[in-house]
Amino acid sequence: MSAIGHEPPPFFNRGPAPLVRLLFFVAASITLMVADLRFHTLEWTRLTATNLVWPIQRAAWLPIQAADNIGHYFIRQSDLQAETESLQQERMKAARLLLRQRHLEDENQRLRVLLDMKMRQSTNGQIAEIIYAARDPFSRHVIIDKGLQQGIQAGQVIVDEHGVIGQVIRSFARTAEVSLLTDKRQAIPVQVQRNGLRSVLFGAGNGRMELRFLSADTDVQVGDILVTSGLDGIYLAGLPVAKVTKIDHDNTYFFARITCDPVAGIEHHGLVLVLDSRKPLVLPPIEELSPEKLKHGRKEKR
Amino acid sequence: MMESPHSMRRILLPAKNWFIVMTLCAALLLNMIPFGYFLGIPDWIALVLVFWCLHQPLKVGMSAGFILGLLMDVVDASVMGQHALAYVFLAYAAAALSRRVLWFPLWQQALHVLLLCLGGQLIMLIARMLSGADFPGLSWFLSSFTGALLWYPLTYLLLAPQFQPQEKDFHRPI
Repeated sequence: MSAIGHEPPPFFNRGPAPLVRLLFFVAASITLMVADLRFHTLEWTRLTATNLVWPIQRAAWLPIQAADNIGHYFIRQSDLQAETESLQQERMKAARLLLRQRHLEDENQRLRVLLDMKMRQSTNGQIAEIIYAARDPFSRHVIIDKGLQQGIQAGQVIVDEHGVIGQVIRSFARTAEVSLLTDKRQAIPVQVQRNGLRSVLFGAGNGRMELRFLSADTDVQVGDILVTSGLDGIYLAGLPVAKVTKIDHDNTYFFARITCDPVAGIEHHGLVLVLDSRKPLVLPPIEELSPEKLKHGRKEKR
Repeated sequence: MMESPHSMRRILLPAKNWFIVMTLCAALLLNMIPFGYFLGIPDWIALVLVFWCLHQPLKVGMSAGFILGLLMDVVDASVMGQHALAYVFLAYAAAALSRRVLWFPLWQQALHVLLLCLGGQLIMLIARMLSGADFPGLSWFLSSFTGALLWYPLTYLLLAPQFQPQEKDFHRPI
């Protein structure tokens, strides 16, 4: 080893020159980045490494948790009473709706059987807690406290009581990483609740989302609610996602710039629901699509 | 007391390997505390790494930076290699400056450290922006400034085990 910029006499045994080592490590880092970003081949290394670091990480959370607990300790009793009261009122309101909903769901199921339509999948899930927001400032990721051991898989959808929050992108042994909808690399297929117009909603990165590639004369208004369309086979249909807040009709652009705010408390921490992954759509059996039949079908159409 | 360790004219004891490893692990632990989007939290690993690369360039170098960077990438849920790249450059630059910087008074050393940390952040920014991430805002660079402010206490904290009791012996002037 030699200090950088200071050549030792040649009779000392020394390793490769600093510049060579620098180039080696830079090449290694860039290879890793490409392998991770482009080919997603490093998930197993990540999994092992998180398992190794887990105890230290747990220890690092202690001060934050302690601060949290102290904060809880100094809550006024009147505040707690008020909160309980409001929760009870809300529960009564929700109970009225729930009773009706159960009835409606049964009715809907019977009607669907009568009409010979596919059953809607019911939403089951498990409750998880957002532990912390990942430090990486370039993306919007949070960590939840359930992982592979609780059966959480990558691709599952996270919702809170108002709407969709995001999607699990990596599942570790005891934790899972969730990409929020506002992340720039996240997209979700939606439709406008008012008129059923379908589109794809992209994260804009700054706590907002945007509807891209809708022409300037599309029927979208400020205040429209966007719900999932369910076309992707991942998100269940009908979950509220965002509300349109601003529409810019700029003549220089071919498309309208539509900014939306998430409905769910995406940037807040708290309890969330991890929905079970959606059952894949059953495609029609292959015999039905055999070329003869297709030809036959075409002839009939003519 | 705003003197550099070199111009203090005190002979330091040799640095102990276990102490170096321990401080690097402590920095990793501090970096793991989840502050969320709280601004201005210094990158402890970068600071401690720069410190040891300046003071002990033969013991701590680019390989330490690489390994710590990979650990940070896992903990941070960022792209693998992002921190590694920045820390390797940081270690290289700090070791290259090591013979010069230590002769400056501490506040001037802090200016050097500020530039080094900003450079490290810039490398991370460029690497991520090239891969299509969004700009985190200028306030993200605040952590380098808080780190530079902490250089003064950090130097005394990390050099403390190497100081030996001052005994005035007039027969031996050093």
